[in-house]
Amino acid sequence: MKKNRKLGRGVAIVGAGMSKFGMFKDKDSKDLFADAFREMMVSVDKGFDPSEIDALYLGNFSNDYFMRQSHWGPIISDLVGIAPKPATRTEGACASSALAFREGVFAIASGFYDMVLVGGVEEMSKRTTEEVAEGLALATVPYEGRAGFTFPGVFGAVATAYFAKFGANREHLMNITIKSHNNAPLNPKAQFPITIQDLMNKKKESLKKREGTAPEWQTEKDFLGDPRVNPVVAWPMHLFDCCPISDGASCMLLVAEEIAKNFTDDPITVAGLGQGSGRGFHASDDLTYFEATRYAAQEAYGMSGLTPEDIQFSEVHDCFSIAELVHIEDLGFFKPGEGYKAVEEGATRLDGLKPINTSGGLKCKGHPVGATGISQLYEVWTQLRGQAGPRQVPVSDLRIGGAHNLGGTGGTCTFTILEKR
Amino acid sequence: MEERPFSDIAYEQYLKEEKLMGSRCLECDAYYVPPRSICVKCFSSDMKWVEMKGQGRLAAFTCISIAPPFMIDQGYNRKNPYISGVVELEEGGRVDARIEGMDPGKPEDIRVGMPLKVKYLHREVGEKRETYLAFEPL
Repeated sequence: MKKNRKLGRGVAIVGAGMSKFGMFKDKDSKDLFADAFREMMVSVDKGFDPSEIDALYLGNFSNDYFMRQSHWGPIISDLVGIAPKPATRTEGACASSALAFREGVFAIASGFYDMVLVGGVEEMSKRTTEEVAEGLALATVPYEGRAGFTFPGVFGAVATAYFAKFGANREHLMNITIKSHNNAPLNPKAQFPITIQDLMNKKKESLKKREGTAPEWQTEKDFLGDPRVNPVVAWPMHLFDCCPISDGASCMLLVAEEIAKNFTDDPITVAGLGQGSGRGFHASDDLTYFEATRYAAQEAYGMSGLTPEDIQFSEVHDCFSIAELVHIEDLGFFKPGEGYKAVEEGATRLDGLKPINTSGGLKCKGHPVGATGISQLYEVWTQLRGQAGPRQVPVSDLRIGGAHNLGGTGGTCTFTILEKR
Repeated sequence: MEERPFSDIAYEQYLKEEKLMGSRCLECDAYYVPPRSICVKCFSSDMKWVEMKGQGRLAAFTCISIAPPFMIDQGYNRKNPYISGVVELEEGGRVDARIEGMDPGKPEDIRVGMPLKVKYLHREVGEKRETYLAFEPL
């Protein structure tokens, strides 16, 4: 049986920052990381000396492909002035920076370093949509690609398997999209800070102006059900089931827990860490869950001694609407086949029993793939410190939050539990 | 049967010959499609080739409108979508494949669980011949 793993010594987060996410013509990866780093520096309550940073771990999936520039570790360590300290790049597709975070934690837990900068960056919007799709598809399993599967295609297939097994349908996925869009306007860093309701009204206005008549959409689901505004990408994944193409950066300052109070009175502790790897889609035990997520969750719960009930809110990798649904089950928040009912009842809303993706999720906050993992942890950190403003989870004793990150078609999955002690 | 290495290259070569082949572990009898050269159940490398009947059921599917470049080259796009699926083979195990013989514009008519049989899609790419594994309704 699997043993419960422990860190050699505790690790705490004492600072965090992220750039705004979006498509930026006039900013490159360095500019975005600089934005994240500046915010992180200001966030360290009692201040710190950047020259005391021992090392950098940086997640980046494929700026090699997107920007024709590789080897981002030293570019960023030089940017923030810590060269010649070591810089290591981690790659786990869309989970690249969750791996950077994990390596940074291990480096401190081992006793080798006391202060580590971890971060992530990706710059995708300078390529065409087709080029980005091709770049992302580099992270599928070869057999999937040959059968014509795209990323949305793989998750579309997961949806058809889930629908057939549990009796859910497209409307249930719309509930997830609507929920994420309700959170996004409350997040100043989000790429699409607009509700579906407002988007629908705007679209009605513009169509009325242009064509004289407006479509008869009454509800958000009427809008999402109209292929003119929400065309199919890979059935049953439509445009509003898919996350956007984004640029962005994120970073965090990690220190040994024993010195954390030198930097802030409110450090956030790493309570649980989990990572799993996945087999190809065809070789999985079942098409309605992700084995690697379940493994990562088990590892994180085992290390922390916590259970899914203890996780008060979580960021969950929603590259596609169906991914959020499947993962809230894989993480143990809801029983298999019952997640869609819980979503329908409002359990995952900001004011629900288990708020999911208070940031707006990848769908609305944006998904610069290499920056995503640490941006999810940034949201958990912000919430646990009570600094989330209008999107603050409305619970008086908010202490424990999770972040789940997925790479490829489930090839790399992580689950991280943070705690305010 | 001739001794080809238990590799993806050999698997693709067999598809060109219209054979759906997997590998069977001589130690523990586990089998794999596509083939594995190392048994992940008992870690033996003692394998033999086995041919699949080429029948199965649809386990999952998607109708793809936004196609990758190599499918665009074959004429697929928003107006001409195609179907990709996962097929559960009669012998057990699953393969990723193209799904033919159904209308990608009517996904509601495609049922998970429907019986399928294998079909091989051949395509000339320059001087090379490519073969894609596909299934169609039985």
